[in-house]
Amino acid sequence: MDSHHSYSQVKGVSTGTTILAVKFNGGVIIGSDSRASMGESYVSSKTINKLIQVHDRIFCCIAGSLADAQAVTKMAKFQLSFHSIQMESPPLVKAAASIMRELCYNNKEELQAGFITAGWDRKKGPQIYVVSLGGMLLSQPYTIGGSGSTYIYGYVDAKFKPDMSLEEATQFSTNALALAMGRDNVSGGVVHLVVITEAEVKHVVVPGNKLPKFHDE
Amino acid sequence: MSSIGTGYDLSASTFSPDGRVFQVEYAMKAVENSRSLFCVFGVTEYAVAGLLADARSLSEVSREEASNFRSNYGHDIPLKHLADRVAMYVHAYTLYSAVRPFGCSFILGSYDEDDGPQLYMVDPSGISHGYWGCAIGKAKQAAKTEIEKLQMKEMTCRELVKEVAKIIYIVHDEVKDKAFELELSWVGEGNYWILYSTSITTFLWTSF
Repeated sequence: MDSHHSYSQVKGVSTGTTILAVKFNGGVIIGSDSRASMGESYVSSKTINKLIQVHDRIFCCIAGSLADAQAVTKMAKFQLSFHSIQMESPPLVKAAASIMRELCYNNKEELQAGFITAGWDRKKGPQIYVVSLGGMLLSQPYTIGGSGSTYIYGYVDAKFKPDMSLEEATQFSTNALALAMGRDNVSGGVVHLVVITEAEVKHVVVPGNKLPKFHDE
Repeated sequence: MSSIGTGYDLSASTFSPDGRVFQVEYAMKAVENSRSLFCVFGVTEYAVAGLLADARSLSEVSREEASNFRSNYGHDIPLKHLADRVAMYVHAYTLYSAVRPFGCSFILGSYDEDDGPQLYMVDPSGISHGYWGCAIGKAKQAAKTEIEKLQMKEMTCRELVKEVAKIIYIVHDEVKDKAFELELSWVGEGNYWILYSTSITTFLWTSF
């Protein structure tokens, strides 16, 4: 996951960020906040989209330098679409994550972006892959990322259960993001959630005033 | 027999007046100098007929394709895609006068727990098709007739191995063909096997 000290070196717009992905019974939920910041104190966007769709049932959450992340996801989207047409079938989530990993690893000197690739495919169902800064690829049942993630490791480790229902998983994700946004000054705005199942892709937005409140708020 | 393409058969970049590329057809004749070779890569196996040197070169190409795919996409290449890539490569050599077409046909087989058993054949013209059963080489017509008698979808790998060996013996012409060595190979759930001549008699005896 991204560490704090890298932000002073990131030029331009960065996504001080909280992102997560959770596998539940029948699909995955990916979520993020919506704040983009420059430095520690200027919010350059309150409504940025950090959940990029790279294929019909595969999404990427981005963290780190926004420019780098957008460039990588754009390239990955192109390569994945070409791959999918050649194979005459929807791509595997593993294939999408591998493409991201190749791009991150081969350009590790220049890039400063990390990703969570999550989605659904016919072969293995819902999957989550972390592609970190240097190009590591790791499969996980749930994962968190971005600067805000440091504040919620305890919460997600304690509260995650395998095979949750959609409602439980949605509550879990919303709570986790709300807690992170509450403590991390470079995460904030609204909560974006995308629910990916075999049948459909659903985008849910939870505005700031509808976020769960915890005892000190 | 077959027509001679005098004048139109000097290079692969020439069509005859009746729309044929004679160099490619001659390449397909080369397949009938059958010399089978079994190569294994991962859980895909190949059988080839034709010029051995061409076959070795092609199997190296297919290994590279499979390896690059694995490196880029993180999972093993589906057989249909591998067959397409090999076929495209073979086809490229039928387009130019500077090179000659490959003089070999390729049969690729694999087993995957999701897609099940698969069989594809690539010929010197660069076509690839999927098959339930196929044969290449001098006696392919006779072999195809025998294959058509089999109910492949209802047979196990073990039963088919015996049938295939029987077919090779049936189509071998004692008078015209020289003595042959049978090499058998099969790929199925979990593993692959290669049998060389000396073991085959023992295997077939114990199975019967």
